[in-house]
Amino acid sequence: MTKKVLFYLNQFFGGIGGEDKADYEPSFQTELVGPPTGIMPKAGDVESVGLIICGDNFFGQNEDETKAFIAKVIDETQPDIFVAGPAFNAGRYGFACAGACKVAHEAGVTCVSGMYEENPGLEHCQSFAWVAQTANAAAQMRKALPIMANLISKLAAGEEVTPEADKYFAQGRRECILVDELGSTRAVKMLLARLNDEPFETELPMPSFDVVEPAAPILDLSKATIALATSGGIVPNGNPDRLQSASAQQWNKYDISEYDQLKGDFYTVHGGFDPVYCNETADRVLPLDALRDMQKQGKIGKVYDFFYATTGTGTAVANARKFGEEIGKELKEAGVDGVLLTST
Amino acid sequence: MRLEHNLIYIKDVVLGDVNKVEDGVLTVDVEGLKAAVMTDDKVKDVKVDLAKPGERTRIVPVKDVIEPRFRVGRTNGFPGVTTKYEQAGDGVVNILKGAAIVTIGDMVGFQEGVIDMWGEGALWTPFSKTFNIVVDITPIDGLDPHQHEVVVRLAGLRASTFVGLAAENAAIDETKVYEIGTMAEEEAKYPDLPKVLYVQMNIAQGLLHDTFFYGVDLKEIIPTWFHPFEELDNAVISGNCVAACDKITTYQHQNNALTYDLYEQHGKTINFIGNIFSPELTTLDGKFRNCDYCAKLCHQLGANGVIVSEEGYGNPDSDLVMICSRLEKRGIKTALVTDECSGWDGTSQPLTDTAPEAVAVVSSGNVSKVIDLEPADKVLGNIKSAQTLAGGWDGCVAEDGSLKVELNAVIGATSEIGYHNASVKLY
Repeated sequence: MTKKVLFYLNQFFGGIGGEDKADYEPSFQTELVGPPTGIMPKAGDVESVGLIICGDNFFGQNEDETKAFIAKVIDETQPDIFVAGPAFNAGRYGFACAGACKVAHEAGVTCVSGMYEENPGLEHCQSFAWVAQTANAAAQMRKALPIMANLISKLAAGEEVTPEADKYFAQGRRECILVDELGSTRAVKMLLARLNDEPFETELPMPSFDVVEPAAPILDLSKATIALATSGGIVPNGNPDRLQSASAQQWNKYDISEYDQLKGDFYTVHGGFDPVYCNETADRVLPLDALRDMQKQGKIGKVYDFFYATTGTGTAVANARKFGEEIGKELKEAGVDGVLLTST
Repeated sequence: MRLEHNLIYIKDVVLGDVNKVEDGVLTVDVEGLKAAVMTDDKVKDVKVDLAKPGERTRIVPVKDVIEPRFRVGRTNGFPGVTTKYEQAGDGVVNILKGAAIVTIGDMVGFQEGVIDMWGEGALWTPFSKTFNIVVDITPIDGLDPHQHEVVVRLAGLRASTFVGLAAENAAIDETKVYEIGTMAEEEAKYPDLPKVLYVQMNIAQGLLHDTFFYGVDLKEIIPTWFHPFEELDNAVISGNCVAACDKITTYQHQNNALTYDLYEQHGKTINFIGNIFSPELTTLDGKFRNCDYCAKLCHQLGANGVIVSEEGYGNPDSDLVMICSRLEKRGIKTALVTDECSGWDGTSQPLTDTAPEAVAVVSSGNVSKVIDLEPADKVLGNIKSAQTLAGGWDGCVAEDGSLKVELNAVIGATSEIGYHNASVKLY
C-alpha cells in the first residue's frame, strides 16, 4: 500500500529566504520545493501529502505554538512517515527538526531526518527517529538525499534497516533476535579472526559508564538522620506490593518507625542470592537492628521512618536510574542527611 | 585422552515397563524410574510424564535438564556424586541423543524456568527439540531449602542414569571420537597452530548457585585447569538455579557447545589445550584472586587465545571483564560470551561492568526481552509458579493460561556457553 509522507523544512530550504526570514511563521502547502523534490523520486512506494515550512528562529522562540501547528497538520493529512531536513550541522534547524519529529513520533508517525553527527538536535531525536548520517554542510546535499530516500523507501515497505547498511545513527535499541549460528560457533569464529588478524565485529560494544561524584561527608553523625535503602528485595512478609524477584519495575517504601529490627516481619523476594540467612533475619541485608543500637548510643541522630527497597538482580540500569532519582528526591525533601545503601 | 560418544538417535519416547530402544523409539520403565528416584527417603512422591517436540505442552518450574547415558564398562553415573570417584574423560559413553530428563517440582528458589514444546516459546529454548521425560519430584515435608535442593538435584541425576540403562544394549547410530594427547604431543603435532584455552566461568555462590566437579563444590576451588573431555563425560553437574535463561544445566555441561566447537577446530586452525573453571565468587577479594589466578594460569600454559564464557549476569559481569583485561594485558587475545540485560525495550545499558579491552564479545541475547506465550493444552508442573520465577511477575499468567515472561524465565534461552542461537542486534 502506498504510504503517505509529510515533509518539514526551514525557511531557507523552503525557499522563503535566508537569515532575515528566520522568524517566518509555520505554513503548510501541498506543492513540494527544495530537498523533498530530490527525495521523492527515489523514496519507493510513497506519495507526498505536503510540506510544512517554518523559520528556525520562530520555532525556537514559539516552540509550543509551532508544535501545535505541526500536530494539526498531521491530524489533517494523516501521514505514515514524517521527513524533516536534512539539517546537516545547522544547530537551530537540527533542533527544530528534532522537535518536529517529536510531535510526529508522539502521533505514531515514523520519523526520518538527516543530520551531521555533531548537530545538537541529534540527541533529541536519535532514539526514535531514523536520522541519516550526513556531511556537515549543505554542499553535500546530493549525497544526503539518497540516504534519506532509501530509509523512507525501506521503512515504507516494512523492510529491515540497520545502522551500517543504511547509514543512520543507531537508535540505541538492542533487539534480541534469533540468528543462524549457535553462540559457541560465533565465539570460535571471532577468536579465530582475532588470532589471524582478520576483521571481526563485536556483537556487544562496551557501554560507557557515568561517573558519580561522592557526596560531601556528614560532619556530625550524632545529629544526622540516616535512611536505609536496599536493592536486596526486602519487603514485609507476604510481599504486599508484589515486588518482582528479578528485573524490578518498581520500588517500595515501608514504615519502620515502630520497629527495632526487621527480623520476623520482613523477608526477601530477591531471586539472585541465597535467601535462607536473610529470611532468618532480614537485618542481615538491611541492618535496622545495628542502626537502632547506634541511635540509642547517640552515635547517629535518628533512623529515618521509612526504608526503600527494590530488587537489584536483572534490573535494567534505566529502571535503576529512575528509581534512584525518585527515591533520592523523596529523601532530600524529607531532610535525610545520609543513606545506608545495601546491595546483595 | 580418548572419549567415544556412541549416539543412539531417539525419534520418539513412550512409557512402558522396560527400558529399551527399538527403531529409535525409547521405552521408559516407569515404575523402575519411580523406584530409582524413591531410593532417597527424603523423596515423598514422584510422577513421570512425557513432553515431545511440537506438542502444546508447557513445563514449569523446571529445575534441571540431564542427558540419559550409559557409561560403558565404568562406574555408571556421575563420578564423585552418584557413584564413587572415577576419572572421567577416557572411555566410552552410550548416549540417548535427543532424549532428556527434565526435573520439576515445588519451587526451591525463584530461578527455575519454563520450557514450551511448541510455538513462540519453543523458539527460545533448546529443550523444545528434545524428547523430554519429565520427572516431578515431591520431597518429604519439613526440609529446609538447602536439603530440598540437594534432594531434587540428586533425584534428577539418578533418573537420568536409570533411563540411560536403555542405551546399554541399543544399536549405535553414530560414534563420535574425541582424542587429544598430552600438551607435548599436541605441540609437536601442531607447532604452528595457536594454542587456545576455554575459560568457563561458573556461578559458585551458595544455595541454588553452585556447580560441582567430581562432586567438589566449585566455590571451594581456585581456578582449575581440566581436560575438556571430563565435562563431556559426566564429571560436571549443575546445582544451579540462577536465572533459567543462562544457567548451565547438567545437560549443557554434558554437551558443552564451546568445547564441541573448539574441538572441531583442534588440529585444523588451533591447538585446543584445555578448559579452565573460574568460579564467580561474591566477595571482591575472591573476584580479584580468581580472576588474577585464571589469567596467570592461561599465561603459564602458553595460551595465545582464550574464549571466556560467563554464567549468570550482574556481579559476574565484573569477573568477565576483569579476566578479559588481565588476559589482554598479557598479550593473550580473547573472545567473550555473555548475555545482556538491556531492559524490556532494549535501550538500557547491557552490562554492569566494562573494560576497554573487551573488544570481541558475542551476545547471547537480552535476558529482559519479553515474550508472549499462548495457552498450553497440557501443563506439566504448576503454571502459577511462573509468577514467582525470575523473569515472571505477579499477574504474568493470564486467566486463559497464556503467559508473558522475560527470557530470564526460559531455560537455556540466552545460554552463555553458546548452546542456543539468540543474539542481539543494534537498531
